[in-house]
Amino acid sequence: MAEPFLIGEAMTGGYGGADILHSCTIAVEKGEIAVIVGPNGAGKSTAMKAVFGMLRIREGKVRLNGEDITALSPQARVGKGMGFVPQTNNIFPSMSVEENLEMGAFIRTDDISETREQIFDLFPILRDKRRQAAGELSGGQRQQVAVGRALMTKPKVLMLDEPTAGVSPIVMDELFDRIIEIARTGISILMVEQNARQALNIADKGYVLVQGENRYTDTGQALLADPEVRKSFLGG
Amino acid sequence: MEPLNALVSVSNFMLIPALAYGSQLALGALGITLIFSILRFAHFAHGDTMALGTAAVIGGTLFLQARGASIDPLPTALLAIPFGILIMAAYMLVTDRLVYRYYRRVKAKPMIFVMASLGVMFVTNGVTRLFMGTGETRFEDGQRFIFTVREFREFTGLAEGLALRSSQAITIIVALIAMGVLFWFLNRTRAGKSMRAYSDNEDLALLSGINPERVVTITWVITAILLVLAGTLYGLDKGFRPFNYFQLLLPMFAAAILGGLGSPLGAIVGAYVVAFAELGITFAWRRVLSYLAPEGMEPSSMMQLLPVDYKFAVTFAILVIVLLFRPTGIFKGKVI
Repeated sequence: MAEPFLIGEAMTGGYGGADILHSCTIAVEKGEIAVIVGPNGAGKSTAMKAVFGMLRIREGKVRLNGEDITALSPQARVGKGMGFVPQTNNIFPSMSVEENLEMGAFIRTDDISETREQIFDLFPILRDKRRQAAGELSGGQRQQVAVGRALMTKPKVLMLDEPTAGVSPIVMDELFDRIIEIARTGISILMVEQNARQALNIADKGYVLVQGENRYTDTGQALLADPEVRKSFLGG
Repeated sequence: MEPLNALVSVSNFMLIPALAYGSQLALGALGITLIFSILRFAHFAHGDTMALGTAAVIGGTLFLQARGASIDPLPTALLAIPFGILIMAAYMLVTDRLVYRYYRRVKAKPMIFVMASLGVMFVTNGVTRLFMGTGETRFEDGQRFIFTVREFREFTGLAEGLALRSSQAITIIVALIAMGVLFWFLNRTRAGKSMRAYSDNEDLALLSGINPERVVTITWVITAILLVLAGTLYGLDKGFRPFNYFQLLLPMFAAAILGGLGSPLGAIVGAYVVAFAELGITFAWRRVLSYLAPEGMEPSSMMQLLPVDYKFAVTFAILVIVLLFRPTGIFKGKVI
């Protein structure tokens, strides 16, 4: 089998002190959605941050499109085509929606208006609120701004840290729909989710982490059907 | 004509001076608020850096005067401002390299930065005194008045007179232009927006590829421009004396905090509120009120709430009240 588009392979490491990840592997294919689920404190976000270079891994490699990017800083990875949406503080609250998108494209030197229009097509509500300060928007709209900001660099991989944290179920469904739409344009999606059932539902690949190790890895549907996974992680 | 006389009198002795003083404070407070939102500390060296900047402009003015350069009727100092800005931008960037950058690298707490800026304040103060001494230096030349009290009286036939000094008019005009350019810069240019983004959310700015050192450099340069303008205008208006600049620290901080730290608009509004409060409370209202009061009810006392010596007490009271009851200031800024 060919190598996945983005892979964090056998990653071991933590925030100094004791290791949080133990030989953990996360990968995503081109245009597919990979979801990391697991109980609290399983190291889901940590695994994602490791892939993005926000923490040092002692062992293991991160490769993007076959290129070893283990030593690169997060900023350099953005330049290589990775987009990251943090869980919290993921917008510039006092700046307008339009300015948020503009700042997302800060490293680009070409014309950004086309990408901005694509994002307004994806999230029409943002077009209506383009002049409004992002901090004044509702939780769901802010997440849209955050995702939009990360998309402005035209990334090949979009990484989302719990995009639906704190939004209502209706908004959550809509966000997932948008995420599927983004994946259809050929962008790989790697996300961490608390709402495991719904997330696995849309996932091509699911990773169940427990204590920083891969416990189950399969397609989203297979994980949902697995009685073991259901009993332990999906509440029956 | 009595209300008109009252208006002219209050304009002459309070409104126009307060407007000029408020403009000078506003330029200073803008610098404080910018440094606070980008470098995230209270810049205690602000007043003394302003003094040094003014000293540089005075040096430039003397040089130009000796060469016979003049832009009469405007003061020669205006011509020397670019030179002062150049010196101060260099001074502040060197200070940043020598002092603040280290603390940024070790991610020191804001209080450490404040203490460092206190040290910078003493050094800057010493440098200023080395060049200028502690006494007063006047460097205003050119035409002193746009119109004098007598000209105004003869022109209008009113009992009360109104004078407009060139330094006051220049202050107000220059301050308005500077504020306009600053807002244009912050809201319309890429560099300005990156400053606001960095102030809003440092981590996300980093993720977006905004270079923090560049943002810091731009901030120091803008602050240098604002400082030199504020200091020079204040000096033209009231004469240059290093200690007065140190004392300006209190009203400038009061203005920035009252407006809401981190909010440029707040700094401007706060500056004018502080200026009008300082002058209004220490102003002797007898003359104005005697025009307005009914016959026989004219006040016999000075109608002055506080002696002029206590004007900083007014500012201090404002500061305490704001910190107690609305620490975020008028425009919901950050809390120290």
